Amino acid sequence: MDVIFLSRLQFAITTVYHFLFVPLTIGLALFIAIWETSAYRSGNSEDERVARFWGRLFLLSFSVGVVTGIVQEFQFGMNWSEYSRFVGDVFGAPLAIEALLAFFLESTFLGLWIFGRHILPKSVHIACIWLVVAGSCISSVWILIANSFMQHPVGYTFSNGHAQMTHFWELISNPYFLHQFPHVISASLCTASFFVLGISALKIRQQTEDAYLFQRTFKFALFMGIVGMIGILLSGHLQAQMLSNYQPMKLAAMENLEKTQNPAPLAIVPGVEIPALLSIMVYHKPSGEVKGLDDLQKTMENRFGPGDYKPSVWLTYLSFRVMVLCSGIMVLILFYGIVWNLILGRAMHKKALLLITFGISLPHLANLTGWLLAELGRQPWIIYGLMPTDKAVSVGVSSGEVIFSLLVFLAIYGFLSTVMVYFMRQEISRGCVSKKITRKITNT
Amino acid sequence: MNLEILWFVLIAVLWTGFFFLEGFDFGVSILQFFLGKTEKERGTYISAITPHWSGNEVWLLTAGGAMFAAFPGWYATFFSVLYLPLVILLLALIVRGMCFEIRHRSHVQKLCYACDVALAVSSFFIALLTSVALANFAVGIPIDSNGYFVGHFFDLIQPPVLFSGLLGLSLFLTSGALYLTMKIEGELQIRVCKISKLAVTVSLALFAVAVFFTLGRSLICCAPLIFILAATVLTFMRRLKTAFIMVALCTTCCVAGLFFFMYPNVLVSSVPENSLTIMNTASSPYTLKIMSIVALIFVPIVLAYQIWSYYIFRKRISSRNVHSSEV
Repeated sequence: MDVIFLSRLQFAITTVYHFLFVPLTIGLALFIAIWETSAYRSGNSEDERVARFWGRLFLLSFSVGVVTGIVQEFQFGMNWSEYSRFVGDVFGAPLAIEALLAFFLESTFLGLWIFGRHILPKSVHIACIWLVVAGSCISSVWILIANSFMQHPVGYTFSNGHAQMTHFWELISNPYFLHQFPHVISASLCTASFFVLGISALKIRQQTEDAYLFQRTFKFALFMGIVGMIGILLSGHLQAQMLSNYQPMKLAAMENLEKTQNPAPLAIVPGVEIPALLSIMVYHKPSGEVKGLDDLQKTMENRFGPGDYKPSVWLTYLSFRVMVLCSGIMVLILFYGIVWNLILGRAMHKKALLLITFGISLPHLANLTGWLLAELGRQPWIIYGLMPTDKAVSVGVSSGEVIFSLLVFLAIYGFLSTVMVYFMRQEISRGCVSKKITRKITNT
Repeated sequence: MNLEILWFVLIAVLWTGFFFLEGFDFGVSILQFFLGKTEKERGTYISAITPHWSGNEVWLLTAGGAMFAAFPGWYATFFSVLYLPLVILLLALIVRGMCFEIRHRSHVQKLCYACDVALAVSSFFIALLTSVALANFAVGIPIDSNGYFVGHFFDLIQPPVLFSGLLGLSLFLTSGALYLTMKIEGELQIRVCKISKLAVTVSLALFAVAVFFTLGRSLICCAPLIFILAATVLTFMRRLKTAFIMVALCTTCCVAGLFFFMYPNVLVSSVPENSLTIMNTASSPYTLKIMSIVALIFVPIVLAYQIWSYYIFRKRISSRNVHSSEV
């Protein structure tokens, strides 16, 4: 197996694994900050127990997110050194800024939040968790700015065979980033909402003595979930429209549109097409040309010389459909929960609660396929139109070395998953009732 | 002073921050296993660093990020050349991070013990590997004119480099022991005081050997030795706080000295004309200007809140009274 394939596989696996925890952490941090603040205002110890319960789950997710995130920063240099050399002048800056602005903020104030409850004044303690929320948002801003440069390079020039930054402002106001960021943040809200919904549903179904506390979080998560979902749908729609400008190849691949058509149909599944719907989605009117794969291939050949410029069509096509399907099921679940539980005030059926618990996986699957679509749809480019992926890989690293590292990461990530499931279950069964109050610590 | 040199210095500062702050973290993480007889005692030692370790580790990430942004050629060569050691380093960083997170949650005693062992072992490897990696900057790596590695894995672990690893390790253990003497009280502190005398003496001996071999290059090599000598004397005089500061200064001198010897190279090649230099790996002046503005604003802020967090958790801890998770 060649180094390029192995390096891509390793990057994909480590990134996907990392991203199981990132959106959950971003969303949960916000929820916990809200609950802690309301507990502080009401002075109610039950509210505080709720915030602490979710805080324990949050910390598990956060720690795995952090340790797997370190791998990401190192991998650019380890496996993609030609890429790093070529683009570091532009791409390195957002990563360094992310570390300086976000990582320090998150880790320092998380430490203060965890261990400072009885040392810090209450309001300062609350401020700490809000700073963690800010840190995680800042972190997502800068990493998405970096990713957006790979999707749609702006604000740079060529010099001595390297990309050089010329306009920092253009880099950070990249239209690709402005479309991507709301989508990712909404997805984070939704991921955390379904996590809270699922676990609350589990506890309500088990009728534990603290089940009434989970009724509250259930309702809260329904509300946040629908906010996130509306954000996802709107920003997703805008993002697809943007693709027709910046990455028409990705749009054509995700719809498997071979020939340029006007008006273009939308295929629900292979063979079932709705006439003109794709044009309506892209242009908000029943006519309008959408470029097909074959024409785009020719345009690319004229611009960059001979070569295959199509991404893997079946993977992007499938990824997009799985993402949309997951979102559809999530919409149904949210709709049902909101009408039945929030508006009509009825108790949820036991079977529905079970279903919702399994629903925890839905946003994760949607996040995964969403990123597959974004990154695979960009191929064969590592930086769209600027650098092909096969020129980006480290020269001195052998396939044996990458196989070794891949096996190491697979083993440790498998181990992390086991640890995660074990302790998540332990914390969930412990619930909001503190059987054992955490060891008394007054720092005197 | 031009911006390239400013960033060279700033990266030296970030590495110094990492070796100083994570240095005593590593020391504590290794020492807890040998000093603590019971799970509770080990937990007490560990709790001296739990609120801080994560923030300290970010210094490493920021150093890496700053190298990427300011010297892409340096970052690209260095990280791809050290591929295998870095895989092990990442593995150790993952294990170490998880140990802190799950240790206090484990109700099973064996699991807790496993965490303590894993914490000590992973910290040992990180301490050794980062010292070895940094020493490789200066000692020289076989690279060709494109910055590609043309050597062998064993070229990365030559005797002087391994000796630097040993130096780093002894310095971290000394620093960790002295840090604990300031943070712990009671019987556990007495144990640490004893071990800190041993650690500082061993460090002194190792530094004496190192200086003996490097003195020919420059008199600057004496600076770390002077500080570690001062630390030794102060430790035996029981002036532990001052001794800790001396060890910190010794660490600073080591990193500063390393970067001083490298200058104007950033990665010395065994073929001198292929060495990566500040000028041939640096980013454009524009990027460096942007980065400088960001660093100028945010580095002081970061320093301020990190110092504040140490101030918040300044009180001594004993086995009856530890920092534990309040979530």
